[in-house]
Amino acid sequence: GSTLVLAEVGADNVVSPSTLSAIKAGSALGDVTVLVCGDNDAAVAAVGKATGVSKILNAKTGKGLLPEDVTPVILASQSQFNFTHILAAATAAGKNILPRVAAKLDVAMLSEVTHIESEDVFVRQIYAGNAICKVKSNDSVKVLTIRPTSFDAVEVGDGSAASEDVSGTPQTLSSWVGQALAQSDRPSLTSASIVVAGGRGMGKDGKGAENFGMLDIMADKLGAAVGASRAAVDAGYVPNEYQVGQTGKIVAPELYIAVGISGAIQHLAGMKDSKVIVSINKDPEAPIFQVSDYGLVADLYNAVPEMNEKL
Amino acid sequence: QQRLKPTHNYPIMSLKRALVGCKRVIDYAVKVRVRGDNMGVITEGVKHSMNPFDEIAVEQAVRMKEAGKLSEIVIVSCGPKECSETIKTALAMGADRGIHVLISGDEYENLQPLAVSKLFAKIAQEEEADLIVMGKQAIDDDANQTAQMVAAHLDWPQATFASEVTLSDDAASVEVVREVDGGLETIKCSIPAVISADLRLNEPRFATLPNIMKARKKKVAAKTAADFGVDISRRFEVLSVTAPPVRGGGITVENVDELLEKLRTEAKVIS
Repeated sequence: GSTLVLAEVGADNVVSPSTLSAIKAGSALGDVTVLVCGDNDAAVAAVGKATGVSKILNAKTGKGLLPEDVTPVILASQSQFNFTHILAAATAAGKNILPRVAAKLDVAMLSEVTHIESEDVFVRQIYAGNAICKVKSNDSVKVLTIRPTSFDAVEVGDGSAASEDVSGTPQTLSSWVGQALAQSDRPSLTSASIVVAGGRGMGKDGKGAENFGMLDIMADKLGAAVGASRAAVDAGYVPNEYQVGQTGKIVAPELYIAVGISGAIQHLAGMKDSKVIVSINKDPEAPIFQVSDYGLVADLYNAVPEMNEKL
Repeated sequence: QQRLKPTHNYPIMSLKRALVGCKRVIDYAVKVRVRGDNMGVITEGVKHSMNPFDEIAVEQAVRMKEAGKLSEIVIVSCGPKECSETIKTALAMGADRGIHVLISGDEYENLQPLAVSKLFAKIAQEEEADLIVMGKQAIDDDANQTAQMVAAHLDWPQATFASEVTLSDDAASVEVVREVDGGLETIKCSIPAVISADLRLNEPRFATLPNIMKARKKKVAAKTAADFGVDISRRFEVLSVTAPPVRGGGITVENVDELLEKLRTEAKVIS
């Protein structure tokens, strides 16, 4: 087989960890070609160092990975190279672009694949992870996004893939206006090995945003990322990109510390594959305790400052 | 009677017609159970509701209509006869009429986003819609594909995961703030366009009793996939549906000291 993987490269020309996982997943299916969009030679060079990449396609598209820009490039590449699989990580960009590609190719698509059993059998979760579904694709080209936390990242360093240029067709349907991305020195939520997350319980005295400061302190002591439940995001304590859950980010760190989170199905879907789960909640009946390795029934406003002092 | 002169020196335009997709799914609060034959989940006797993201899509369209930005809202639902209830809910929220594409039994069990997207594209053309609004994903199959696929079939731009939608005064384009991994992104799309709704686009209203009564008089057209000439056969087959592995063996610790001790020496996840 031969696989096309859509790359995402950060502003600092660091290949996104989720792309490195997608390359790993693609390697299980055959030769990996990586598509780098955005007219960025430094990004092409960075991807070329990743292990397991046999070729790079360099596309001179505009800003922002717009699906209207990227889809024609993938379609042109597909008709030139006849890949058996087209892959991306299940990130906001991957989820946006690949369904458009699949529909243009008149094939089905499989979202957030967690396990590749063979070239045409794949495993994915449905109902927020409450059921595991194994499917067999009957399409000539398989289009899928993979859940990055389910696949290891390939190493970066000794790769030496060559690149060639590809192009799509210019479009006037959409344009990129701008972005407001969070600036943080902490690791990103989806790649951090420790995640500290807060929920509705952080809202004491109507000071949710302020109270999250305690979790920032803990995160800095542990080198962790900070996440949140949907309830905490909806209440405005933290911005939307903090959300862990079915429709937010899916995380699977070595250690997940849930603080003041009750554990709604939708939240569990985003974190229950974490290796070790700790929860701190004053309600002993909170469902989060059922998936926790270590549960502490306590008032978080006492327990978290104490932990911060002792860490 | 004398015609009123326009008070603006440019015309404030509105969209003609929006299609809004509404899927009937198992209610979000229900604990889903896998069927004994390991080929699906138990749906009989289980509470169903409109997909929560689709409620947000309906609300978006209704607000645009209330603001004079949109003339008509057509609800489309593809599925068994019970979907008529889902359509009625959307009509009670303020939509104008419905189209129910009746698909049941085995055909519905094997109905996949690609087929649904083809139905929507065909209906959009027949209805001369200039906007399609859908939820970003359904909470049953968690696919997050249909809106993007409809846009592909129609060669329309797509604004997925929308948290803010602003139609231009000339109704020729729409500016959309999107939820992306690191924060927010703003894009501009020409009209016609497809929008998929994310959680924070709005808070959907509840249908009031008088509006529920009024909705009963609104028209719902009964259709089939064959009426639109769309092949809805499956492209992938489900081999099994199983329950996820259960996490177990957790313990309750007494205090912070014991917790930190366990994390350091037993789990070895902190130093």
